[in-house]
Amino acid sequence: MSIIEAPLAQLTLFRFATAGSVDDGKSTLVGRLLHDSKAILADTLDAVTRTSERRGFGGENGSTQKIDLALLTDGLRAEREQGITIDVAYRYFSTDRRSFILADTPGHVQYTKNTVTGASTADAVVVLVDARKGVLEQTRRHLSVLRLLRVPNVVVAVNKIDLVDFSESTFRAIEADAQAVAGEIGLSDVLVVPVSALEGDNVVERSAHTPWYTGATLLEILETLPTTDELERGLEPFRFPVQLVIRPQGALAPELSSAFDAGASFRDYRAYAGQVASGSVSVGDEITVLPSGRKASVVGIDFAGRALDRAVAPQSVSLRLSEEIDIARGDVIAATGTFGEVKQDLYAELCWLSAKPLREGAKVLIKHGSKTVQGLVRAVTGKLDLETFGYGAVSGLELNDIGTAQIRLSSALPIETYALHRRTGAFLVVDPQDGNTLAAGLVKDHPGDHEDERYVI
Amino acid sequence: MSTQVTEAVIDPVDVLTSLDLLESEAIHIIREVVAEFERPALLFSGGKDSVLMLHLATKAFWPGKVPFPVLHVDTGHNFPEVIEFRDRTVERLGLRLEVGSVQEFIDRGELAERADGTRNPLQTVPLLDAISRNKFDAVFGGGRRDEDKARAKERILSLRDEFGQWDPRNQRPELWNLYNGRHTVGQHVRAFPISNWTELDVWRYIAREGIELPPLYYAHEREVFARDGMWRAVGEVSQPLPDEEVVIKQVRYRTVGDMSCTGAVVSNATTVHDVVREVAASTLTERGATRADDRISEAAMEDRKKDGYF
Repeated sequence: MSIIEAPLAQLTLFRFATAGSVDDGKSTLVGRLLHDSKAILADTLDAVTRTSERRGFGGENGSTQKIDLALLTDGLRAEREQGITIDVAYRYFSTDRRSFILADTPGHVQYTKNTVTGASTADAVVVLVDARKGVLEQTRRHLSVLRLLRVPNVVVAVNKIDLVDFSESTFRAIEADAQAVAGEIGLSDVLVVPVSALEGDNVVERSAHTPWYTGATLLEILETLPTTDELERGLEPFRFPVQLVIRPQGALAPELSSAFDAGASFRDYRAYAGQVASGSVSVGDEITVLPSGRKASVVGIDFAGRALDRAVAPQSVSLRLSEEIDIARGDVIAATGTFGEVKQDLYAELCWLSAKPLREGAKVLIKHGSKTVQGLVRAVTGKLDLETFGYGAVSGLELNDIGTAQIRLSSALPIETYALHRRTGAFLVVDPQDGNTLAAGLVKDHPGDHEDERYVI
Repeated sequence: MSTQVTEAVIDPVDVLTSLDLLESEAIHIIREVVAEFERPALLFSGGKDSVLMLHLATKAFWPGKVPFPVLHVDTGHNFPEVIEFRDRTVERLGLRLEVGSVQEFIDRGELAERADGTRNPLQTVPLLDAISRNKFDAVFGGGRRDEDKARAKERILSLRDEFGQWDPRNQRPELWNLYNGRHTVGQHVRAFPISNWTELDVWRYIAREGIELPPLYYAHEREVFARDGMWRAVGEVSQPLPDEEVVIKQVRYRTVGDMSCTGAVVSNATTVHDVVREVAASTLTERGATRADDRISEAAMEDRKKDGYF
């Protein structure tokens, strides 16, 4: 495979994460992907080989494996010493089709926190299942989190297939279980692959031990699944959170201010910088600024001196508008006629990621797009049972809980339902005291019957 | 005429390559930090990652100028070509340059020269001093997660305490493209907008954008001697021992840091396209090939980062 020559310019980017229970072999699978796709360079491999030998690593069950592939990803001293993964690690490799960004997420402690983090940006998540154990409650919980976060592609890798003698009947039973759980939760198009991360079967190379499996290898699947932006482009209307206003006046870039007459032509330059959150925008499009509701049309799309006709998610550009209207950081520019009402009451799913529990009446900060406002948690209305996917009554949330809450905002925001808009329906809950991130928030449709007027700002 | 029809159907802007996406992500992060922090600064050594960062910053704020100063932590063990390049770049972009000098700390007796002579680990103290002296609340770095196992665990916005320390076991989760930079007095944030780039991405982007680099990134003839399996340049702070033979080789550098511990690689890559091909075919990581300080132990980078290193 040539990663050197011209086609490289056309490489696309694919982000995926791993999820699984303790000892499912996630780090080994990641190590195998990196190793077999030749992403591990000689000096790194030498170092890992030396460490493996020093620790007497001989592989499981008399395997001929000489190196502990998990050492390729466990980056912290404590992780190597304890043989566990503590924090999300990011890894990079490419094939001649795609560049991959891989978030390797730990399975034991704080699995919700790590799975939510890894899944929030992932185009796909690979969920590991141990072939000897089958689909566990934790697998079910992982799949539920992925469903909640709307991860577009989910792959179940049935690992350690070598330890069940490459048994087709074992694989088929696990496959049927996984599909049944996925169906119950509402995940569609889940792919199931038999692999041995330790021995390499069906990870990059097709295995000779599983003639009964006719599907693609894990890497082939990852090379061909559609990205989130490919799936959503054209479906979602244009949204553009304004990051800042570019109005250089006297502070032009030196090469522009010295160019003939350029200084004069940029004197009144005013553009709104941001990243297209969804959909696309073209010169001439009618836009509405939220929350003010003022309207204008797009007269220019600039990117570092280039004038574009069109921009799509997730490009970072600057927009020039036909009218001089008051727009500041935190406003959202949207395609006219595609947005309902801005809301001051938020009803949302919260994935609680902090050891500090959530109580009703808490004052928090809500970071949505490029805007941060205050929020008052008026009510915690339910806790999600990841096993039944139903809600139970509760008055607070603890670390790794997922639940629904009603939040009153200090000012109205252009919030949208996460189920329809992944980027504009997401927000962070931040602790106003120490600034830590408390929760990942997903906006839900307001059910109406959860109204609670006990708290008024 | 038929070609026009085809172009109308497949809009080329809709095909975003991995470089387009990495660029867009980095610009988004740079703009977020500038919007949310009072006094950001960019670490600028003249090395390729910091040059790339500055290039991205000029694109992020066009047609305005880069709205923050640059900070160089000067080991005093510089390649003269790199310092010349640094000064010329700062001048061209009309930026303010702050320098934190390792030499000054050594002269004042506040830092001790190490037995092995390398000054890379000594940069932490002048770095933290420059940050607090200038009241910088956000510092952009060109660190990439593919550089090192400890860096692979780094956040894009990384909170540092009053001592500049990194606490890898207690990091904020980073979700979607929402970056939480809130900090209290005395704390600051390190921002790594090119976290997700690989060495090859950096070189492909430098080629695509035609970004100028210090000349020693390209193959040139140089007096070198072999030490610890690397070619070291002969220079003021990098002198061969009597038994180390000086030879002239065609070499280039993959990283440019402290001259006393940065090695050159034998190379014929005289153009950026040659370098892209060479990096793509390389079997060694850039730090493994050229950084003596990272060979010290498996956790060398983690230990330095915990103390406040870049």
